Amino acid sequence: MLEIKNLHASVLDIDDSEILKGIDLKVGKGEVHAIMGPNGSGKSTLANVLMGRFDYVVTEGDVLIDGNSILKLRPDQRAHLGMFLAFQYPAEIPGVRPWQFLKAALDSKADANGEDKMSVRNFSKLFDEKIEAVGINPNLVKRSLNEGFSGGEKKRNEMLQLEVLQPSLAILDETDSGLDVDALRIVAEGVNSMRSPERSFVVVTHYQRLLNYITPDVVHILVKGKIVKTGGPELALEVEKDGYKQYMAEAEVNA
Amino acid sequence: MTTATLPAAVGKYSEAFASFAEANSDAPEWLKAVRSQAWATFSELGIPVKRRGNELWKYTDLRPLAALDFEHGIGGSVSLDEIKAAGPWDDAWDTVVVVDGVFSAELSNLQGTAGLTAGSLAEAISSGTGDIETQLASLAGREEYAFTALSTAFVDDGAYVAIADDADPATPIHVVFVTSNASGSRASYPRLLVDAGANTLAVIIETHINLAESAQLSLPVVEVFAKPGATVRHYRVQMENELSYHLGTIRVHQLDDSSFNSTTFAVGAVIARNDIHTQLDAPGASCTLHGLYMTSGTQQQDQEISTTHAKPHCTSKQFYKGILSGKSHAVFSGKVVVERDAQKSDATQKDLNLLLSRGAEIDAKPSLEIYADDVTAAHGATAGHVDRDTLFYLQSRGVDEEAAKAILIRGFAAEMLDEFKPKALYEFVERVTDERIPVLLAESDALGTA
Ligand SMILES: Nc1ncnc2c1ncn2[C@@H]1O[C@H](COP(=O)(O)OP(=O)(O)OP(=O)(O)O)[C@@H](O)[C@H]1O
Ligand SMILES: [Mg+2]
Repeated sequence: MLEIKNLHASVLDIDDSEILKGIDLKVGKGEVHAIMGPNGSGKSTLANVLMGRFDYVVTEGDVLIDGNSILKLRPDQRAHLGMFLAFQYPAEIPGVRPWQFLKAALDSKADANGEDKMSVRNFSKLFDEKIEAVGINPNLVKRSLNEGFSGGEKKRNEMLQLEVLQPSLAILDETDSGLDVDALRIVAEGVNSMRSPERSFVVVTHYQRLLNYITPDVVHILVKGKIVKTGGPELALEVEKDGYKQYMAEAEVNA
Repeated sequence: MTTATLPAAVGKYSEAFASFAEANSDAPEWLKAVRSQAWATFSELGIPVKRRGNELWKYTDLRPLAALDFEHGIGGSVSLDEIKAAGPWDDAWDTVVVVDGVFSAELSNLQGTAGLTAGSLAEAISSGTGDIETQLASLAGREEYAFTALSTAFVDDGAYVAIADDADPATPIHVVFVTSNASGSRASYPRLLVDAGANTLAVIIETHINLAESAQLSLPVVEVFAKPGATVRHYRVQMENELSYHLGTIRVHQLDDSSFNSTTFAVGAVIARNDIHTQLDAPGASCTLHGLYMTSGTQQQDQEISTTHAKPHCTSKQFYKGILSGKSHAVFSGKVVVERDAQKSDATQKDLNLLLSRGAEIDAKPSLEIYADDVTAAHGATAGHVDRDTLFYLQSRGVDEEAAKAILIRGFAAEMLDEFKPKALYEFVERVTDERIPVLLAESDALGTA
């Protein structure tokens, strides 16, 4: 499904700003991969580069979805391929109602893939169901998108969009941080209920906490722009216990 | 050596004024006095073409207007369908239609609402309805302002709206000023006088539509008297054609605990000005002045918004939003004067702009002049671009850049659109906004994104 090959990326227009320093990663269909790592190690950058954010340049390597390079695709085209990024810091958009925006997103995906648009009626039904599923206050989604939302509400709103858009590859960038235990459980239940042989997840997190609810197939440790260790769920427990110190040393040696 | 220069363009109007005065020589003496005094003021001022040292016109070049010739006294005909297609409409509203300055009983829709007197201004003048003799041109037309002076010199017909004390007409009163598609460039002087009695609630929609294809001049003057406890919700929709000049004035006088809310929707004309002044003249009066302007091409839209806090315990709020593209230009000049006696005044001013292109220009100057010492006041103005992080967020969900920008522009406008409460009015301004966004986007460039 997703294959990252020797990916190097820098910040656009800033010399010597390489953040990703050769990442190799393969996420198979239906797999859940967790990426853990200390602050500033490049986790969000990786997530954003995968989605095609404008302020990074890929200087080397490739990213493939089902065997095809996506590096030349615009973010919306990547979304049409089934990619989705839940943001660590979702944008606040005054005056735009989540309902309208999600309908527009779904319509353009249908357009791009030559499918029929969902009727307003069916969409409303789906939307209401998902609102209930992610436990978001229905009054919130009548308001402006993310404007004045609390941190937790923003994350739930990201989950709402994830549930409505039903992507085949979902990248969650610290969707768990800033959540209370109930919200954390909702995020985890959302991911678990959407887990299927057809859908893959890349879950970026700082904490083992989320991984108590979502059992990953594979855990990667990202330090200073490189994956320094890959293992099973037990790797997350190791990090929880000993921190990232040992891996930092490894990164120094490799550098 | 000194050279005497005549005020600009006075000669272009003097013949028309002379024949107008002669044709109306049987008018009431008080009205003739109002007209001739206004004409005297205009002939001293002329069209304001001097910008340097002239705060009022510093950012607005009226020389193209001063160079044009406009015909007077020529009217055309319009159908109800044309009016309904060009502006907001609801059969349930009490509607006064004024075509080329003349009240049309045939096109108006007045349903005998209790407590409401609405209809022809000329008729109200000739029958001396209410306080018209003391009210007309008492707020606008005697001041040293060229366009109210010129408009008042030609004051004749238009719309008169009076709401009796304690009346509460539940339905909006719609006043439509139509410029017909009769040929030639014509000047018109739309006039509206609103007399809101004590403890009334009045909703007034003032619409300007223009069916002509050539440059027209419209100098509307609105005077509003809000008696104690009156609530006036005023809406203004300006839909001139893109060759026309529209320089409108609204003057409001407010007594105890009255409230005046005005929301403007301005998209038309090559040069348009919305000049509002509210006089908070008794304790407890409040006003809220809102507006949304959108400009493209080489359009210019000015908001000249001022409020005087003359007495204590008054509240004023000015909040405008603009969306600019192409080589267009907008001016927001917000002014609040708090006089010495006006303690416990509360005043806010805000002007937010979205610039979509390199060539678009906004001149925003909110200003507060405070002579009292116990006052709460705040002001601010911003000019921003479409935010790239936000764009990326929308794009990452599958919306392409063009559509994402449209969503963001629509979102920026939403807060103002929501102020248009009557349903048919909201639907109209929403539709025009949605039609306008692709035009704005077509003239946008990468610099409009930051
Ligand atoms: N657009 C940018 N411009 C400049 N520096 C950047 C930019 N994006 C990321 N960086 C830098 O790259 C490094 C990695 O940032 P990134 O946000 O990817 O880290 P992270 O692993 O997600 O951290 P956290 O755990 O705090 O979320 C940081 O040093 C950051 O300051
Ligand atoms: Mg991060």
